[in-house]
Amino acid sequence: MADHVIVADSLRKIYQMGDVEVQALRGLSCTIDRGEVVAIVGPSGSGKSTLMNILGCLDHPTSGNYILDGELVSELRDDQLANIRNRKVGFVFQSFNLLSRSSALTNVELPLRYSGNREGRKDRAREALTSVGLGDRMTHRPTELSGGQQQRVAIARAIVNNPAIIMADEPTGNLDSRVGQEIIDLLLKLNQERGTTLIIVTHDPKVAAQAQRTIHIKDGIVDLEGE
Amino acid sequence: MTFSQVFYEALESLNSNKLRSGLTILGIVIGVAAVIAMLAVGQGAQNTITGSISGIGTNVLFVFSGNQQEEIRNPRPLTIQDSQAIQDPFAAPAVVAVAPILQSSLEVAGGGEKTTTEVTGVTPSYADVRNYKVTEGEFITEEQILGRASVALIGPETADKLFGRREGLVGEAIRIAGQPFRIIGVLESKGGGSFGSQDDVILVPFTTAQARLIRRNNPNRVDLIFVQAASAEEVRTANDQVAQILRARHRTEIGKDDFTIFSQQDFIQTASTITGVLTVFLGGIAAISLLVGGIGIMNIMLVSVAERTREIGLRKALGARRRDILIQFLTESSLLSLIGGLIGILFGWLIALAVGQVATATGNSFTPSVGLSAILLATIFSTAVGLFFGIYPANRAAALEPVEALRYE
Repeated sequence: MADHVIVADSLRKIYQMGDVEVQALRGLSCTIDRGEVVAIVGPSGSGKSTLMNILGCLDHPTSGNYILDGELVSELRDDQLANIRNRKVGFVFQSFNLLSRSSALTNVELPLRYSGNREGRKDRAREALTSVGLGDRMTHRPTELSGGQQQRVAIARAIVNNPAIIMADEPTGNLDSRVGQEIIDLLLKLNQERGTTLIIVTHDPKVAAQAQRTIHIKDGIVDLEGE
Repeated sequence: MTFSQVFYEALESLNSNKLRSGLTILGIVIGVAAVIAMLAVGQGAQNTITGSISGIGTNVLFVFSGNQQEEIRNPRPLTIQDSQAIQDPFAAPAVVAVAPILQSSLEVAGGGEKTTTEVTGVTPSYADVRNYKVTEGEFITEEQILGRASVALIGPETADKLFGRREGLVGEAIRIAGQPFRIIGVLESKGGGSFGSQDDVILVPFTTAQARLIRRNNPNRVDLIFVQAASAEEVRTANDQVAQILRARHRTEIGKDDFTIFSQQDFIQTASTITGVLTVFLGGIAAISLLVGGIGIMNIMLVSVAERTREIGLRKALGARRRDILIQFLTESSLLSLIGGLIGILFGWLIALAVGQVATATGNSFTPSVGLSAILLATIFSTAVGLFFGIYPANRAAALEPVEALRYE
């Protein structure tokens, strides 16, 4: 039996928009193996953002089971979910989402602050920044860095707590194609070196093509799976 | 997160919006400064009043005719005989000195000037009971009482008014209600009192006043009897003994005394009650401005939460729990109020100092006092204001859904 890091079983998510019920996910099931690189693609409104939010433990499914790294997280309370996000999920966002007031190092350190272990916090943050190639930019603020460099800081922040999965939501969306490719290369390299599962949500077929597997979402369910 | 980190992050965030934080702090500064200044003024007033009451004399009882608590028909006036009876060491062993007085406001002329002042007919024991000392000359003697001598002691303020000096007045002539008197001494200054100045007085022998200055229907009548108890502990006993003697002499019904005995403590207590109310009143008005400052904090924290919605979403995505966000924003709001409180204490203290200076300059000796309790109260109160008005915005921040907050533009 393969080592599944993600097992999603008939996930449903229903949003109440005034009087109208919107079914974002209609019983979606999928599994992702440990160390796999998976691209999630689909047209806007297909439910892929909702899926990402649920897989990233940012949101609860209305029904269905979700097991992340051996833990049934679909039943957890908000604070427990925060703890799971902190330990098991690394996020990379389209718009980087760095704290503009703080240095690169402080930004990377942030997840460690919330995980409560104080030992070697600074060292781990430095190590993460070095591994994304920003060993010489630790004290710079985000405003003093280029877009590509900011996204590297965000990636360092995602890996600093050694998560089970990295969730990258349109990581190249705000970057030109050359820098975007560098970011994808970096993410793939980290996947190779650390064996961290990588999930990329993207519109870009060129990005999706570099994944080992692509999950197509359409109308809230998996459309077809293909390698 | 550790406390120092939370603290540092809050400082950093407040620092990134200096003008806004500064103005919010200003609101609290004004509130706390007002509270501190008002409490200091109230406390100062209390100290001044109780101080001047203590200046009347130590362990003193005031005995006067009539009863404030109950309606008594035809109260008998106090007489010189009552005073002599109280002096009996067997009937009232707790009493060491008795000083009956006659008092009236009369015109006094001397040194080419005229003034109206309180003229008091006194016995030699008055000096001890009321703590009067002379800077020159001598106090009224027993011979002068017996001889109904036309002599007078003059208070320093009265001396200023009439002669423009306080020295070399012994032997000078004055006229009291048109009758000639010779000055035999000048009283030492007791400082300004709250019942009119204790320095603007003329003292004459009791018998002289009785016969020539202050005529009463009953020739033996006295206006007030000062009684000095042997010690502070015996004031109560002396009170009871004096009451016993007067009841027997006046043949009053039980519970219907036609006289009142007031102790210095009673006066201080009454005055304290009045100034206490004054202090609470002033402090209450000042507290309203602190409340307004608190609303300012709430306002600015709400703006801050709205502005940083994405940041809050990010922090939650990275593993911040509800509690972490709550603490972060509460720390910011309490820090605003704490800084405001500390600066406010300093300012309030300066204002109190200035009020004291102005009071002194206008001739009232009055020192506002900033008590430790006022400082503690203001610090605790301002921090509580920050916490209270920070709870709603912080709760709002903490309750944000990470998905919603991250999507917020």
